[in-house]
Amino acid sequence: MIATAAQLEAARLTQHFLDAGAAPVSADILQPAGTLLDLYGEDIRARAYTTHDPLRGEQMLRPDFTVPVVQMHMTHGADPARYTYQGRVFRQQTDPARATEYLQVGYELFARDDPAAADAEVFALINDALSHLNLTPVTGDIGILMAAVLGLATTDRRKNALLRHIWRPARFRQLLNRFSGRTPAPETRVALLEQSDPMAHDFPHIGLRSAAEVSARIDALREDSATPPITGDEVQLIDAILSIRDTAPMALANLKALTSDIPTMAPAVTRLAGRIDALAVRGINVDTLQFETDFGRTLLEYYDGFVFGFRADPAAAPIATGGRYDALTRQLGQGAAIPAVGGVIRPGLIVDLEGAS
Amino acid sequence: MIKLGIPSKGRLMADTIAWFADQGITLRRSGSDREYAGEVTGIDGVELVLLSAGEIPRELAAGRIHLGVTGSDLIHEKLPLNATQITEIAPLDFGHADLIIAVPNAWVDVATLDDLDAACAAFRATHGFRLRIATKFHRLVRDYLQANGVADYQLVDSQGATEGTVLNETAEAVADITSTGVTLTANHLKMLSEEPIHKSQATLFASQTAAMTEAEKSTFDALVDMLGG
Repeated sequence: MIATAAQLEAARLTQHFLDAGAAPVSADILQPAGTLLDLYGEDIRARAYTTHDPLRGEQMLRPDFTVPVVQMHMTHGADPARYTYQGRVFRQQTDPARATEYLQVGYELFARDDPAAADAEVFALINDALSHLNLTPVTGDIGILMAAVLGLATTDRRKNALLRHIWRPARFRQLLNRFSGRTPAPETRVALLEQSDPMAHDFPHIGLRSAAEVSARIDALREDSATPPITGDEVQLIDAILSIRDTAPMALANLKALTSDIPTMAPAVTRLAGRIDALAVRGINVDTLQFETDFGRTLLEYYDGFVFGFRADPAAAPIATGGRYDALTRQLGQGAAIPAVGGVIRPGLIVDLEGAS
Repeated sequence: MIKLGIPSKGRLMADTIAWFADQGITLRRSGSDREYAGEVTGIDGVELVLLSAGEIPRELAAGRIHLGVTGSDLIHEKLPLNATQITEIAPLDFGHADLIIAVPNAWVDVATLDDLDAACAAFRATHGFRLRIATKFHRLVRDYLQANGVADYQLVDSQGATEGTVLNETAEAVADITSTGVTLTANHLKMLSEEPIHKSQATLFASQTAAMTEAEKSTFDALVDMLGG
């Protein structure tokens, strides 16, 4: 069989990662659906191909390598560890012009020390592999917005509700509008809370959600309705943070200025500063590197820190993406956790781009 | 021949035949009423195909029938690219039903999607798994919940007696078609106060993929003209 251009490009990228000290790993194409569903929720069913096996139950054609590689590392690996993999991933597409099956080459780094250096290592390796292509990298940091939310002068319940929807920008905004009083509480809720005892009714309690759970939610709603709104000033601060789209040093300066109003953001901003320094050490021209606070919020729910993407054209699928996913290792590690950062490149898109130019 | 697919049984078939009669086209089963073949009078060159309503979307998309009557809910559930595969010719104003989400009446704290989302979050934290919503309309329900930012739920498949799943503790909520709401009430369930996910009715659709000769095209145009498309 003659290797396709994409396969040759994948081999080049794999060699690039092997040269950086990565151990080659692979993953089964058929992955148990349960783990993926638990991590990503129903949304994954719209993106992955599901198949049924009478013995093994529901299986998915691997939609990415990150989850099986993390699982493998958490079971067998010793850190620090660097892995590379290549193979096909399978994604359903609503746009028939987009590929449903394509090659990915990835690099994942598990390391407890010096997260800034780890972030910079992954970014710089991918940047080097793509340096001949004249792509525009964009970086972001989900941790900045998370830290800002934690600094709001409001209840933990509201902060947790906002944090839960960090990756759904429209819903995040809806909640922020509600908590700041910009949109009124729904009529049904007002009516519920006007009742002296909403639990006094004759409806049978059917299903697993118990009366105690309903009652606890009503208590939470009462607490929330008695909570003062998040102030307009604070909403403006969140807006100011989210609207930052600038070169990394300018973005950093803006965020530093905002930490006087939201002190909880300081550690995240310090981490960003450390990462920018580490990127410069790796030879990245940080003075022109784009940083957007909002970047990566709609990628995948598991990124919770540094995020990046490389595109040739803002409208097209990114050629490479990656980020830090410490929380994912905590969820898959059943108590154990290890800081991790990684990224993937699509060799097929590189070949298309080289063919077009 | 232009192939016209209609539902093969029940109220939907009877209403479809009556609607076509109003437009001057008689659809009749040939032979016994157990036979799934039929004849068309009022226009020449049209063949009647009796099919399960659930299969009509697939047959239209594949171009094996030129025209078909089925519920708009089934079209949207089964054909994600329906705008490129089929064309809507006419809503038929019967077979009305809404695809809705329903939860136990005893959930007095849940009326909106916002409430449902909050209940899902708390349920997952308490029970260790995602709140289950039983449905057979997976695509429509998932797209709707995703668009509205609901998280921490899972869909479980239910092809029938869906309203019973909560009582049987195989789901915590349901998403199903309802026209009167009587079955929901009988099963101690209430609809959310939101607009329905989809307002369905029997609709005449045309395939965009079915091949036609010149003669068939003129029959097709004449038929669509009679049917008010």
